[in-house]
Amino acid sequence: MEKDLKYYAKIHSVESFGAVDGPGIRYVIFLQGCHLKCKYCHNRDTWDINGGEYKSVDEIFEKVKRYKNYIMPSGGVTVTGGEPLLQVKFLIEFFKRLKSEGISTCIDTSGMVEITDEIKELLRLTDLVLLDIKHIDDEKCKQLVGISNKKELEFAKYLSDNNIKIWIRQVLIPGYTDDEKDLLKLKEFINSLKTVEKVQILPYHSMGKYKWEKLGLKYELEDVRDATQEDVDRAKKIIGI
Amino acid sequence: MKFEEWKDFKAGDWQREINVRDFIQRNYTPYEGDASFLKGTTEKTKKLWDEVLELYKKEHEAQGGVLDIDTKTISTVSSHEAGYIDKDLEEVVGLQTDKPLKRAIMPYGGIKIVEKSCEAYGRKVDPEVDYIFNNVRKTHNDGVFSVYTPDIRAARSSHLITGLPDGYGRGRIIGDYRRVALYGVDALIEEKQQELDVLNVDDFTEKVIREREEIFEQIKALKALKVMAGKYGFDISKPAKNAKEAVQWLYFGYLGAVKDQNGAAMSIGRTSTFLDIYFERDMKNGILTEEQAQEIMDHFVMKLRLVRFLRTPEYNELFSGDPVWVTESIGGMGIDGRTLVTKNSFRVLHTLENLGPAPEPNLTVLWSTRLPEGFKKYTANLSIKTSSIQYENDDVMRVTLGDDYGIACCVSPMKIGKQMQFFGARANLAKTLLYAINGGRDEISGKQVTPRFEPITTEYLDYDEVMLKFDQMMDYVAKTYIKALNAIHYMHDKYSYEAIEMALHDKDIIRTMACGIAGLSVVADSLSAIKYAKVKVIRNEDGLAVDYKIEGDYPKFGNDDERVDEIAQKIAGQFLNKLKRYPTYRDAKHTLSILTITSNVVYGKATGNTPDGRKAGEPFGPGANPLHGRDTNGALAVMNSIAKLPFEDAEDGISYTFSITPGTLGQDEETKVNNLVNMLDGFFAQTGHHINVNVFDRALLEDAMEHPEKYPQLTIRVSGYAVHFTKLTREQQLDVINRTIHEKI
Repeated sequence: MEKDLKYYAKIHSVESFGAVDGPGIRYVIFLQGCHLKCKYCHNRDTWDINGGEYKSVDEIFEKVKRYKNYIMPSGGVTVTGGEPLLQVKFLIEFFKRLKSEGISTCIDTSGMVEITDEIKELLRLTDLVLLDIKHIDDEKCKQLVGISNKKELEFAKYLSDNNIKIWIRQVLIPGYTDDEKDLLKLKEFINSLKTVEKVQILPYHSMGKYKWEKLGLKYELEDVRDATQEDVDRAKKIIGI
Repeated sequence: MKFEEWKDFKAGDWQREINVRDFIQRNYTPYEGDASFLKGTTEKTKKLWDEVLELYKKEHEAQGGVLDIDTKTISTVSSHEAGYIDKDLEEVVGLQTDKPLKRAIMPYGGIKIVEKSCEAYGRKVDPEVDYIFNNVRKTHNDGVFSVYTPDIRAARSSHLITGLPDGYGRGRIIGDYRRVALYGVDALIEEKQQELDVLNVDDFTEKVIREREEIFEQIKALKALKVMAGKYGFDISKPAKNAKEAVQWLYFGYLGAVKDQNGAAMSIGRTSTFLDIYFERDMKNGILTEEQAQEIMDHFVMKLRLVRFLRTPEYNELFSGDPVWVTESIGGMGIDGRTLVTKNSFRVLHTLENLGPAPEPNLTVLWSTRLPEGFKKYTANLSIKTSSIQYENDDVMRVTLGDDYGIACCVSPMKIGKQMQFFGARANLAKTLLYAINGGRDEISGKQVTPRFEPITTEYLDYDEVMLKFDQMMDYVAKTYIKALNAIHYMHDKYSYEAIEMALHDKDIIRTMACGIAGLSVVADSLSAIKYAKVKVIRNEDGLAVDYKIEGDYPKFGNDDERVDEIAQKIAGQFLNKLKRYPTYRDAKHTLSILTITSNVVYGKATGNTPDGRKAGEPFGPGANPLHGRDTNGALAVMNSIAKLPFEDAEDGISYTFSITPGTLGQDEETKVNNLVNMLDGFFAQTGHHINVNVFDRALLEDAMEHPEKYPQLTIRVSGYAVHFTKLTREQQLDVINRTIHEKI
């Protein structure tokens, strides 16, 4: 059945206790569907736009309200995915409701979308964006996730220009995203933004591999090792955080 | 009453009557600050604790983890000579026997248990003791089995009702040990004499005679307490005159109890804020420093960590890790809105840092969303570091219990000195459901255990039919269960009366018949599967339902899904109502707990395949926990599901054991603490009752299983108490590792 996408979202799953996707305790909603093809994706099962399950905005909002005792006042709701911005119509409606309850809103995104009027409206309702920089080098970015980083960097600039708080995230993949030159370039880019509150280096791990295999797919980063604490410390030093 | 030891205390009703609460309310100093005032260990403490660690090591290496047994002396309040760890170093003295970690025999509960325990650890009971208790003196255990009916025996041996305190001490009674310090023993004896006078009435009924005999025994026990203290060179006739004496007097009271009774749980009450009044007074008078105050508390706690009982290996399977449940309730709010947190609430918790983590005493924080922030953060921080604390909802319990209650054992609240419970272990509700399907035949043995009910014969289970038959079977189980408990507690009062503990109670007390259930989440999921999916019955050639095939998916308990959570709530209330239909010994009030301690493993072992897809022999979820791995929406969804179980239907407590990896709780230390505080605030605001908080990585436990010697103090919370992980049986270690540890990948 066709659903009105303003009132329905395709949901992959929820995590009622999220403590690492934004400040405080977060109710985390994983939206289904993604247009990127990140080789290192640890949620491969969220890509398929036809997967997931339709849930109504009423239903989701009622659920969230049951967690107000935990998430108020320092936490909130984080939408992630998949790529949550693919379901922007729904998010506008959903965030309006969250705002009416005084619940803080956060989007975890690649930012690789056109900045349409709808996106702009959504961002006005957004307290924080966790912006996952896929790769600061455009060529390498295309290889790693299948898409140019141009839109993503424009998106970051838009956030900065419109005074929306950003947490920059960089997944540290040995041999892919840990080149010193790239990290310095990333540093430069971050410094050009005015609203960055935090920079997080997320060490790559292969724990999402089984999800690829479950879907009968080949995991391309088979030979890549997990990033260590030393790798993270090194990257932090280069970026200067 | 008037004593010079009461100098500087504010006057009140507590001077005219035994009323510790009034004393506390008039004299205590709430503390709203943080933990920065706390001090580390003194040289003396370090030395003494090292000696204790050495003793622990020897105990661990000894056969069955039992260092020594006094097989000759029948333990009573004053039976043994004074014993010390290292006399010159001890700020607080007193041991159960003449040597540390030497266990005593308490045969009034039952001689067979004593014999079996001694044998298990390579000893033999003294022949004279053996003769007396086998031929001359009847025990609690003998009493119970002389009146048990065939239906009780059948329910017991088929594990429909298990863990009953018919061969061991019932425990779960908290003497108001503070009375010893505040009033001295002579004033308490005087009070009991007056109670005897009140009972000199013309209608000399059985009730009056029983009460007179009990009070007579209480007076005897109080006199024996003085004798025991005398052996250590103390005269406790009069009140304690300073903090050190207050701790010592109070501890003597408790020591009397653990010399007299091998109870399933021997909790100490709510003592730290009471003691704070003495610490404050001494500090104001310039005769005590913070270092000394902490030293006294460290030594007090050390003593509590040395309490031991002689128990059989079978007992250890039910309640693993040699627990005593020296539960100390800390914090909470007063009914006047002031917090009951004092500096001494911090000090008692601080022993976890000074002496390292340990299961005993069972440190229990009475949580209110209105507790001072500094205290909330301190406890959360300690939980993250030590996994040794449990939390219970003061905002919920204060409503009916006031502000001077304490927790007995794991989750059972009672007004200190004014209330006791008849401990009732638990009924296996999952097995009850299987009996409903099989008409009272056991799903494993095929034996007809209950009278013959009509079994279900259809291919697929019909929800309404199952519910109807389950209702009937619950009724039968409730009836048999209450019969057993009445017999047990009648005989316990008669043959193994807790005279010293009851001497530290008022004359007229509230008694509860504390029943319990195991396997609630298995039952809720089974019924949900029957209702929302299709459940096909697989029968053996005998027509016995032995397995189930589920077609389709169904909502599972622990995901904040109303469809199944509602079933769990309904079942708990329904079973309580069944129990209420049957009268109790001494008109005790029927209560219910949803708590398994570690017996979820044993119960699961004795229960066949269930309609939720759980396989025969697999453990149940502990307490009110969802079954391992069925919760797929994260920790808070589990908390919401459990918080829905109404405390009114389970006033004896609803236990939730929560485990999370450090990384999932947050990225840095401060965030972790804040998140845990917010999580606890949220859970309790949702009216959750109890939570054990564990913060560890699975890998750590796996390593501890392989290399126990590396982790002598590794403590974890299981249902309602804490244990040394390495003291658990291998089966139970696996159960802990396999259960849900919330983690983010």
